[in-house]
Amino acid sequence: MRNAFADELSRLAELDSRVMLLSGDIGNKLFDSFKKVDATRFLNCGIAESNMLSVAAGLALNGLRPVVYTITPFTTTRCFEQIRVDVCYHEAPVIIVGTGSGLSYAELGPTHHSLEDLAIMRTLPGMQIIAPCDAIEMRLALSAALQSQYPTYIRIGKKGEPVIHKTVPHFKVGRAITIQAGSDVLIMVSGTIMTNVLNAVEALETHGISCQIASVHTIKPFDYDYLGQNIAKFKAVVTIEEHSMSGGLGGVVAEFLSSYSHHPRHLRLGTRDEFMHEMGDQAFAHIKYDLDSAGIARKIKSFLEQ
Amino acid sequence: MKDLDLVLRLQEHANQLRARIIETSSRASLPHLGSCLSCVDLLVALYFFKLKIDPKNPQDPLRDRFILSKGHAAPALFQVLARRGFFPMSDLDLCGKNGSVFGEHPPTPGYLPGIEAATGSLGHGMPMGLGMAIASRINQLNYSVYTILGDGECNEGSIWECAMLAAAQKINNFCILVDFNKWQATDRSKNVMHLDSLAEKWSAFGWEVFEIDGHDYFQIINALSKSSQKSGKPVAIIAHTIKGKGVSFMEDDNNWHYRIPNSNEVALSKKELGVSS
Repeated sequence: MRNAFADELSRLAELDSRVMLLSGDIGNKLFDSFKKVDATRFLNCGIAESNMLSVAAGLALNGLRPVVYTITPFTTTRCFEQIRVDVCYHEAPVIIVGTGSGLSYAELGPTHHSLEDLAIMRTLPGMQIIAPCDAIEMRLALSAALQSQYPTYIRIGKKGEPVIHKTVPHFKVGRAITIQAGSDVLIMVSGTIMTNVLNAVEALETHGISCQIASVHTIKPFDYDYLGQNIAKFKAVVTIEEHSMSGGLGGVVAEFLSSYSHHPRHLRLGTRDEFMHEMGDQAFAHIKYDLDSAGIARKIKSFLEQ
Repeated sequence: MKDLDLVLRLQEHANQLRARIIETSSRASLPHLGSCLSCVDLLVALYFFKLKIDPKNPQDPLRDRFILSKGHAAPALFQVLARRGFFPMSDLDLCGKNGSVFGEHPPTPGYLPGIEAATGSLGHGMPMGLGMAIASRINQLNYSVYTILGDGECNEGSIWECAMLAAAQKINNFCILVDFNKWQATDRSKNVMHLDSLAEKWSAFGWEVFEIDGHDYFQIINALSKSSQKSGKPVAIIAHTIKGKGVSFMEDDNNWHYRIPNSNEVALSKKELGVSS
């Protein structure tokens, strides 16, 4: 996904002379194509993310469209106050991209995990939050973010994630995309965990469970209409994300459902309230948190049987 | 002689402004008086001598940008902006009142003409200013960016992150002025963090440095004039100042970081400043 990001941003920079790329000293060679478009619009801000976010806000307040890029914890939790004050309070249209989100860099340990970024970014007034499920959604999200005037956080994976969409979908910030229609359970998914969900759904359907799958690429502004229109049709709503069960997609949906007196049961799948102290790659981490295909299928089946 | 006339004019602005700041602090219960008074001369030199600005066209793309990175001195900035003509002086009657924009820190740009950034959390304004300075290069608009920092603010790591990036990028339209009043909220700044020697620090970070008396207008004007001579480096003016400058019983007394003057103290201050009404 990150290669597609670099490619798409270079394309957009060619079309729009306001587009700038700020990197926190990562992406060696990755941005050669961007630099070929215009090296003066590439700024390696060093390993100094707080400053990078403030500089981005200053650029955005003076007519440019900076895109800030580094590993997710360093472009979110590390410089949260700069995002809050300099970007959001000033309504500066900065695009913040976190790469290697969720458990993508599982083997690097919790310093490089991002399982709370959606939760904290959601609290910021005016912030758009997008977690694309594949490279196609990522490209569409980047274009859409540049067309909007709001600060935007885009949470992407690393590399090699499968492409989910067989054709280019109609994409709008804040509008969920139905990947597959179904009738028993509504599965709302954010981000690249979609691959595991699709495999899990295949298994569930062999047990006669009909699943509707939605790619909820935008966490904020959330597509309350989609949920509202579908709420009565299903026995259960499942939210799945490579993020803590608190505060992310599961949190948004739980907050929404709490205002209804009659609503379907809600199963939240995500990581638990803990740091992962043992070494493990992304596949290991998925199994640990029941986010692998088998774990997702097992959890949903057992929830429906309760 | 021309310089002397200018300096006398600037000093008159400063006396009037100090009196207004003290009166307003008393009336509206606005703290940080000592911090305001230490940077008044720097603000006056910028707004009445240096900055390329037009109060009637505050959004001019070619204007110089100024950011008060030590945002708690906003009560001083509000007075300076009004005196320079960005909005009527009478607007400042709303200082400290619920619903107004004149609080303890600057509001965001859309809420008050002349404001480029809402500061208050220290260590933010300078890096935002750097972004604006870089934007001039990208947008090919010829303007400069100035920002005033506190010495206490130099505790923040983001200041030094910004210092290194500005020098690496050879930004030559960016000038910071450190209001070096030797105090922060609770102690002498040198006791809290090892600030000495501040001038050498900025120099070591790759900046062109001028060390001056921040209340001597000849020195301030001289440093600001030299700051425009593009050396290929960002410029740091280390301005030695006195917290509470201008009023004998406030000078170098850190109680005035939070204290609000009573009416008697306002009257005494005005007398010392030679301001009658």
